[in-house]
Amino acid sequence: MNNGHGIRMAASSAREDPAWLKFSLITMALMIVGFLIGVPVIHVFWQALSGGIKAYLSNIFEDPANRDAIFTTLYVAPRAVFLNLLFGISSAWLVSRFKFPGRTILLTLIDMPFAISPVVVGLGLVLLYGSSGLLGPSLASVGIQVLFNSPALVLATTFVTLPFIVRELIPIMESIGPDEELAALSLGASGLQIFFRITLPSLTLGLLYGTILCTARAVGEFGAIYVVSGRIAGRGQTIPLRVEQLFQQYQTPADFALASILTVIALATLSARKIMQSLSNQRHATDQAKRIPA
Amino acid sequence: MIKRSKNILPGFTLSLGFSLTFISIIVFLPLAALALKSTELSFQQFIQTISHARSLSAIKLTFFTAIMAAAINMVIGMLVAWVFVRYEFPFKQWIDALIDLPFALPTAVAGLVYANLYMRNGWVGQILALAGIDISYSSTAIILVLVFTGFPFVVRAVQPVLEEIEPELEEAAAILGASRLQTFCLVLWPMLRPAVVTGFALALARGLGEYGSVIFVSSNLPGQTEVAPTLIVARIEENKYAEATALALVLLTASFFLLGAINFWERWSRRHE
Repeated sequence: MNNGHGIRMAASSAREDPAWLKFSLITMALMIVGFLIGVPVIHVFWQALSGGIKAYLSNIFEDPANRDAIFTTLYVAPRAVFLNLLFGISSAWLVSRFKFPGRTILLTLIDMPFAISPVVVGLGLVLLYGSSGLLGPSLASVGIQVLFNSPALVLATTFVTLPFIVRELIPIMESIGPDEELAALSLGASGLQIFFRITLPSLTLGLLYGTILCTARAVGEFGAIYVVSGRIAGRGQTIPLRVEQLFQQYQTPADFALASILTVIALATLSARKIMQSLSNQRHATDQAKRIPA
Repeated sequence: MIKRSKNILPGFTLSLGFSLTFISIIVFLPLAALALKSTELSFQQFIQTISHARSLSAIKLTFFTAIMAAAINMVIGMLVAWVFVRYEFPFKQWIDALIDLPFALPTAVAGLVYANLYMRNGWVGQILALAGIDISYSSTAIILVLVFTGFPFVVRAVQPVLEEIEPELEEAAAILGASRLQTFCLVLWPMLRPAVVTGFALALARGLGEYGSVIFVSSNLPGQTEVAPTLIVARIEENKYAEATALALVLLTASFFLLGAINFWERWSRRHE
């Protein structure tokens, strides 16, 4: 009797840590997250808004170089995201619906940007499109200037953000499987009908989240763009590059004002992720609820 | 051809053609240009370039700071993952969402804030100064920003594994008389190890290539606080592409080796579970 009681006690408390341990571990974890992430985030807004809202806005918009940086980012990021959206849908369809030789190589190439330093990406583009590069001279002879120009910014950003949308779509498409599409095909639907009526609707959440993530990374890209932009003020300077330039010039209030825009985008991305997760959990839960009576 | 049933859906040629063209232009061509450039270097030239005092110290510092940061992340990442999986406290969900911030925040912003916050005159820097610690523009500052940029890797690798562990295992260990520490070291740690190593390697690979945040917090002095990515940029600006390529090859080899090792390790540990 006594023994059995002891065992039950041991079993029920097996996953319970003593209160002092629990308390000190929680405190340590909160301090780590606080100092690493919490304090820096608060610091951005504190510094940006320290002069009041009016000073904040004029810090951002009064300097033409800042406006140019915002316009350049608004030019580059949507293009890179759009390209990756096309690529993401096309190769997710390819990889999840067909078996073909070279499939693994394609998947490896898709993951490559995760493993490569952005600076090295920039170097590759310089070696390709520079004045002594492989394609640079022949493109220059037909009047196309890629390097130190917006095309290079778009190419660099697209490279660095390539995996985000595809990697979001492939697992979703693989888990759904081709059954519904095959059924539609057997009922005589055309390729476009299958895509727009069946494939695309099932991908909405994944596409949305992948796009948000890709946008956040595209807006924030630094190393690759730093190398290929040439950093001529107003020409090919994105917001992050302008942040670095203001840092060099010790213009701290303006710098934090610009940085706060990027921080808001990052925080919005995290919130979007949180909302989507709870949405897809809900969807999952209702799916299961539907399944139980059947 | 092999699996006909899978290939009857339309769009194979279109998606294959588009995907291949796209990935060739965006990813393959720049990498091919790098590979081609590296063939211009003889093996001796390559060794000469990377054993140049400035390159060597940059490579050493890169590996030193990235390994230190990944090791720190391994410890604090496990601690944070444990706390967020096992304990309940107010605002847990929101703080948990914040852990991903280093993935979403541009590295330039991270560099700016850390430079402003942890240096001599910053909020935290002043507190550190009271304790006689000054990390301004040193290699410690580089490690600090690398801890930030790599922070989510270990946490996010360990969390799902920790959630999946069945309570019966710990209960059994407790019934058999194991202390909490013994249970952790002998029962839980072997199950967590693959995830921890994966997180470590990912954080390391990320740290080796990090540039944006590092240039803010380091004095970038050649031979002292200059990391390999910074030196690559310097060489590009001097039009010394061969030397930049040699350094790039070192970074590429290291990160490909790491990712290959993770793949191998994950397959191996799955087989030996």
